[in-house]
Amino acid sequence: MRPARLLLALAPAAFVAAFALYPVGVVLVRGLGGDGLGGEGSGLDLAGTLAVLTEPRTLRAMWTTVYLSLAGTAVSLLLGLPAAWALYRLRWPGARTLRSVLSVPFVLPTIVVAAAFTALLGSSGPMGWLGWDQSPAAIVAALAFYNVSVVLRVVGTAWAGIDPRREAAAATLGASNWQVLRNVTLPALLPAIRSAAAVTFLFCATSYGVVLVLGGSRIATIETEIALQLTLFLDLRAAAVLAIVQLVFVGAVIALTGAGRTVGLSAAATGGRRARAAQTPAILAATLPAVALFAVPAIALVERSLRTADGHSLANFAGLLAQPERAALAVPVGQAILNSLAAGAVAAALAVGLGLLVVTLLAHQSRGARALDGIVALPLGVSAVVIGIGVLLAYSATALGGSWWLVPAVQTLVALPLAVRAMAPAARAVSPRARAAAASLGAGPWRVWRHVDWPALRAPAGVAAAFAFAVSLGEFGATSFVARPDAPTLTTAIYRLLGRPGIESVGQAFAASVVLAVMVAAVMMVSERAASARALEREWGGRA
Amino acid sequence: MSDLDVAGLSVVYPGSPPVTAVDDVSLHVARGEIVALTGPSGCGKSSLLAGIVGVAAEQGSARVTGTVTWDGEDVTAMPVHRRGFGLVFQDGQLFEHLDVAANIGFGLRMARVPRDEREARVAALLETVALQGYGARRVDELSGGQRQRVALARSLAPGPRLLALDEPLSSLDAELRASLAVEIRRILTEAGATAIVVTHDLAEAEAMADRLVRMDAGRLVAGEA
Repeated sequence: MRPARLLLALAPAAFVAAFALYPVGVVLVRGLGGDGLGGEGSGLDLAGTLAVLTEPRTLRAMWTTVYLSLAGTAVSLLLGLPAAWALYRLRWPGARTLRSVLSVPFVLPTIVVAAAFTALLGSSGPMGWLGWDQSPAAIVAALAFYNVSVVLRVVGTAWAGIDPRREAAAATLGASNWQVLRNVTLPALLPAIRSAAAVTFLFCATSYGVVLVLGGSRIATIETEIALQLTLFLDLRAAAVLAIVQLVFVGAVIALTGAGRTVGLSAAATGGRRARAAQTPAILAATLPAVALFAVPAIALVERSLRTADGHSLANFAGLLAQPERAALAVPVGQAILNSLAAGAVAAALAVGLGLLVVTLLAHQSRGARALDGIVALPLGVSAVVIGIGVLLAYSATALGGSWWLVPAVQTLVALPLAVRAMAPAARAVSPRARAAAASLGAGPWRVWRHVDWPALRAPAGVAAAFAFAVSLGEFGATSFVARPDAPTLTTAIYRLLGRPGIESVGQAFAASVVLAVMVAAVMMVSERAASARALEREWGGRA
Repeated sequence: MSDLDVAGLSVVYPGSPPVTAVDDVSLHVARGEIVALTGPSGCGKSSLLAGIVGVAAEQGSARVTGTVTWDGEDVTAMPVHRRGFGLVFQDGQLFEHLDVAANIGFGLRMARVPRDEREARVAALLETVALQGYGARRVDELSGGQRQRVALARSLAPGPRLLALDEPLSSLDAELRASLAVEIRRILTEAGATAIVVTHDLAEAEAMADRLVRMDAGRLVAGEA
């Protein structure tokens, strides 16, 4: 890499090093027994590590993580596969609309998903009679809520891409519909199903907000146990050891399955054949469960956000601007919204700025650039909670401790890989010959970038900014560790309010969730409109 | 009347305006006869074939009207897999996840033919198409000509009443086409198959078929008797 480029690479590399590598290093040191980097008495204490590892609480959290993730994956596939057939393989009036409706859950912040299922299954919820509050069933349902869209996207697009003549060929050889499905279609879909299952499993295993809210104090996964150890028992050591467990676990899942924490967002479905009237019952049976899983909690959330002590009104929404009565929140929710918008704007600007550096270097295809790409993608292999606790441990004793800037910093880290992925294809598509031509006409490196690269990157950069903004608005896992109680973001405010007793606090939590959902949906919609439809293969991932 | 009888068959693809690919075509094919369907590209010959075999609706949501009868039995409403009409696709449409033997034996497996009987039949067919010893090969290791011979063997395996071949040679180079055309003729005659071959190449049609039928703009123009 030439010196000038090395200098450009320094900014993103330094950022990732400061807010991911170093904090994860601190977690490792703390978890393995050291008191800090270079501090006195920083020897290893593996006996202490082992003691935490063999605690019944720890073992239970590991087991819970595995079985909840398996169950969440199974239910997502069970509901998603038939729906993928009906929505992507067949064409019928309404299929397109339903496809976009069912892609909504995936962009909803997890704290909103958690709030929606609390609204539905809580003791005063419309389905509270199920007694699923604080039960594994509620968590599994919530995990399936947003992972069905993963299955739909990954398997549905693969299904739409299967050549119908391949199946016709089997039929001319005497295969009945079931035999075609079993012997031709499923084998062709298997890679997509496997990859959807792997990504879903990973999302489930790193799900934080959903388990924290719906599991209460009864059900803890590794991810939430980290938080409980830290906030409830003030046991930094145990939290750090659990963070190492989560690092290893996520790393193992990625290594074994090859899953990345990203999913293509393109919902384009070109193929498909017109559904026959006789298929109507099958289509209904295939789509209704998935639609119900989305619609019922969403409706419950809206209903509860309007519900007050005496009927239904907009009082909860009006209350968002008022100072909360009891010690629920230090500031009005309105202030938390402003905090979120400010942090999101900073994070989006940083993610796009650093991302532009990365993709510009990537476009020149040097070996160093690929290494940089790998470094920037690292946060995808680390759960947001681990990043949160790492940053907290690394910086709480420094001048940055408690700083507001840590919030946009961790959000940038989560958004950066997504921003890079959104812009990289466009950057790679710029012809090196166009650059050479510009240079031969007298343009220096900066003006080559300005007049050749930037025009191609402008639209994807806009999309990347919108994504980064939306992700930051909804980010909860890492943010919950670094946001100060007196300066909550919208997600941490919702979490606080959900945990308070009383119809007013909970009503405000639901109202705030609706506001957050609308904000995120609006950002996504605007970006989707703005982006030229064919220009990008957009990517999304890194939920927390 | 026995054998294949196509009466007033039309194939219409949806759209605005809808495209009539096959327009009221009637055709008779006697048992054991090999008929070549020729004509310029886009004249509707592949659609006619798809309509007869029953895959037109599968392929492009086409609407098929008219009747197709075999030995006097109306098979128009019969699902594809029960018609017993084989189809060799232009690009083979081999199953990439199966090896050569499993591709050829696919139809027999669908018909629940016992394994040893299946293996014997597959071995015989491999010999017929001159691919002895290729049974365990992956299909993506085969050359274009080998792939089409596997496709032909696969379609012959379940013993179809009628074999339809849709431009079986068009993806191959010229030299191979000439020799494979003769070979297909030999294989079909040996099997005593009733067949319809779609091709835009007159020389090929003459090499393979007993009789030529020309099509233009969705209608038969000559040779039909």
